[in-house]
Amino acid sequence: MTIDTPVDPTTETLDRVVIRFAGDSGDGMQLVGDRFTELSAAFGNDLATLPNYPAEIRAPAGTIAGVSSFQVHISDHDIVTPGDAPNVLIAMNPAALVANLAEMVPGTTLIINSDSFEQRDLDKAGLTVNPLEDNSLAAYNVYQVPMTSITVSATKELGVKPRDAERSKNFFALGLLCWMYTRPTKPVIEWIESRFESKPQVLDANLAAFKAGRNFGETAELFDHPYEVRPASLRAGNYRNVIGNVATTYGLVAAAQSAKLPLVYASYPITPASDVLHELSKLKNFGIKTLQAEDEIAAASIAIGAAFAGSLAITGTSGPGVDLKSEAVSLAISLELPMVILDVQRGGPSTGLPTKTEQADLMLAMYGRHGESPLPIVAAYTPSQCFDAAFEACRIALKYRTPVMLLTDGYLANGAEPWLLPDLDSLPDISVEFATELNHGDEFWPYLRDPVTLARPWAIPGTPKLMHRIGGIEKSGIGLDGADGSGNISYSPENHEAMVRLRARKIAGIANDIPNVMLDDESGDAEVLVLGWGSTWGAITAGLRRIRARNLKVAHAHLMHLNPFPKDLGDVLSRYSKVLVPEMNLGQLSRLVRAEYLVDAQSYTKVMGVPFRAVEIENKILEMLG
Amino acid sequence: MTEETVTLTKKDFESGEEVRWCPGCGDYSILTAVQFLLPELDVRPENMVFVSGIGCAARFPYYMQTYGVHGIHGRAPAIATGVALARPDLHVWVIGGDGDMLSIGGNHLIHALRRNVNLKIMMFNNQIYGLTKGQYSPTSEVGKVTKSSPFGSLDHPFNPLSIALGAEATFVARTHDMDRKHMQATFKRMHEHQGAAFVEVFQNCNVFNDGAFDGILKRANRDNMLIELQHGEAIRFGAEKEFGVAVNEFGEPRVVDVEEVGVDGLLVHNEHREDPTLAFALSRLSAGPTTPTPVGVFRDVQRPIYDVEVQAQLAASVEKSGPGNLAKIMSSGATWSIE
Repeated sequence: MTIDTPVDPTTETLDRVVIRFAGDSGDGMQLVGDRFTELSAAFGNDLATLPNYPAEIRAPAGTIAGVSSFQVHISDHDIVTPGDAPNVLIAMNPAALVANLAEMVPGTTLIINSDSFEQRDLDKAGLTVNPLEDNSLAAYNVYQVPMTSITVSATKELGVKPRDAERSKNFFALGLLCWMYTRPTKPVIEWIESRFESKPQVLDANLAAFKAGRNFGETAELFDHPYEVRPASLRAGNYRNVIGNVATTYGLVAAAQSAKLPLVYASYPITPASDVLHELSKLKNFGIKTLQAEDEIAAASIAIGAAFAGSLAITGTSGPGVDLKSEAVSLAISLELPMVILDVQRGGPSTGLPTKTEQADLMLAMYGRHGESPLPIVAAYTPSQCFDAAFEACRIALKYRTPVMLLTDGYLANGAEPWLLPDLDSLPDISVEFATELNHGDEFWPYLRDPVTLARPWAIPGTPKLMHRIGGIEKSGIGLDGADGSGNISYSPENHEAMVRLRARKIAGIANDIPNVMLDDESGDAEVLVLGWGSTWGAITAGLRRIRARNLKVAHAHLMHLNPFPKDLGDVLSRYSKVLVPEMNLGQLSRLVRAEYLVDAQSYTKVMGVPFRAVEIENKILEMLG
Repeated sequence: MTEETVTLTKKDFESGEEVRWCPGCGDYSILTAVQFLLPELDVRPENMVFVSGIGCAARFPYYMQTYGVHGIHGRAPAIATGVALARPDLHVWVIGGDGDMLSIGGNHLIHALRRNVNLKIMMFNNQIYGLTKGQYSPTSEVGKVTKSSPFGSLDHPFNPLSIALGAEATFVARTHDMDRKHMQATFKRMHEHQGAAFVEVFQNCNVFNDGAFDGILKRANRDNMLIELQHGEAIRFGAEKEFGVAVNEFGEPRVVDVEEVGVDGLLVHNEHREDPTLAFALSRLSAGPTTPTPVGVFRDVQRPIYDVEVQAQLAASVEKSGPGNLAKIMSSGATWSIE
């Protein structure tokens, strides 16, 4: 895409910039953040985003609790995080300024809607003095722009009432930022035209506000010159912008297609997982059946029924929902049916921080069930990589006839990045064969196992002669080397012990079927290893780049498979004298690796509902390097 | 002879697994009724799935030579919904008890019924927890003395049919374990119904709640205590058909002497009334198995079937937009190329 307006000759080129739009949750900050992101993606920048909004749909207007923000990092080179701190803050009201100022480094830019600093606005934000007047912002480049009044006057001719006109001020801000960063305007105009087609007056007002914002930048002589961030030279191929929940959705669909199975997705609305239900619900012509269940328990149970009947069955939720599903997941473990449980992790316990991110469900995924009930765990580590993680979770579930926990989190779910679109034809074939014949003389043994994978046959209703009953009661299900695989109820102590060990062995054996640890050790002789999992990948990678820029050595191992661990993990850990495990929890992976490998892993944790910053990782490693 | 035309017998539906209910349990006669009935129906064993939760009744699938899932407590209607959603071609029967379906699983029951999933739900009501050895259930009467209510239960019981009708189930019936013929006729109607069907089966637990239904089911009591509902006929009962049901000035059905109101004053039963109000009122005629109690089909109406509608929505979408193309969807919207 090219820029559709002449480039100002004074334009200054930047290699990257981090912009944060902040306002009241009714101000449409997520919407303009999304637009700016889409524009930048289509323009060819690399990018990463961090939406941050309150759990309440409309928290009290103008208060700090009601502040909603959207941070976007755009660059002309490969980047991996939404940026530690913004270079530019757009603050639509005093609360947005107050809530975000602590993160602004002196010398950065504040673009402030000066119309919203009346006494009552200040009161709502808990301010006694006006920060625009007391010199407290002297360290920043402050641009006071009367966004509301210009928007109102720009829309006056359209006959829009002032109160309605004010609502378009987010598009004014977007227009201004588009000028500042030399963004193409045509896609925004087209988007406004199609989005608000049915509301002509809103359409016209938003368009007028957007253009007014752009023109203001060009003519107001407030800003010296615009900036530009050139397209990034990423790997060749076709790209789109994607958020994690959408990538997860497509990964599930791709898995169903590769498996040649119908997809059934049963879910109960819960933040931040609901978007996966929304996305899949659109895909009716893919033959995908979605069911919004009466509760989380039903959603998991429905998935079990669908799996028994021969579908690729998925249930999606967030932490509290996993608690409720755990009994059903144990049943799936006992039935040995394929199923994927998607957990888009959020801050806990209980309702916790429903719109914020955390990685504190690892132990829940690992051990959060009654009895000895192991299951494989796959965790995504970037928004677009959710596609691969979802596909991998389905592959394991189908091949080993087991429920699989797929972990993403709020940051991945809503964070965006460019996605090099995968070649669907090159995805592995994960199709399965249903049982069609008797397998034990004139009987069918539902637990007669594959000697390599230990998976049991999948005989689906409708298949003549293979009628069988399975249930949650302990069963004669060894089904190896001539042992009983009838699945009949068995309370024998020896059988139970053998079954418990066999179920554990089946899951542990998956280690033979997953890649070695992803290890990034440039020099090969680093002494410190940073071990991460899930969405900390970006911050760890960015932190390591900074360390390496100082000519210091550090290695990075990142886990996508949390159970079983890659076979070489113990060996990798033993090669480093120091191991650092950064996590957005209180040290769950570090406990697992300490217990499993007796390694003196140092835990480094953060539980603020927002991702690590690269600088935090950088400083921690510097501290370890002494 | 092709496989399709092989005549099936009761034996074809017996799994051969040893039946482990207590001797004398009412579940035996229900199992026998089902196994006798199935060969008469136009179904192949491989196209049937029995789904259950937990409880004595929930062992039922193990004894059926069909596909079966013995699930978790209360969740049978949800598991069965998954089976039916995935495969609308199957015959999915759900078996459970009063604790399973009305206590821990009450939510799933009402939602399966309101959605009108094509499930045949049989609730064996023995008014007690049997498998856990005798605690009061959500259908136990107030004052019930059990291990968990030594001073008498304070819980007001559910009326299962009122629950089903309140959830607007499209087929609602009641039968009992003392009359195989009545059970088979009722189960046959249940099977023939398209959509969610709910049948309450009065079932005697001879160990923990023996004789709970004697007041209405003992042979000597049946004439005066069981009200056989027949579609299109005036509701009458008694050895001499001397009793009947008429609607009072508040619109509530009440037991009357036929002599008093006359035959024309009796309520004519209509299973097919769209509005469930009258069927609901009929379900309230008896507060427990101690007063005259209607059995048979209370309601049988048609409504779009959930799993069929889901399938239709998919087909309509393919018709409209063509089969889904993932690569196309993934690259729709703004994309760009890097050389």
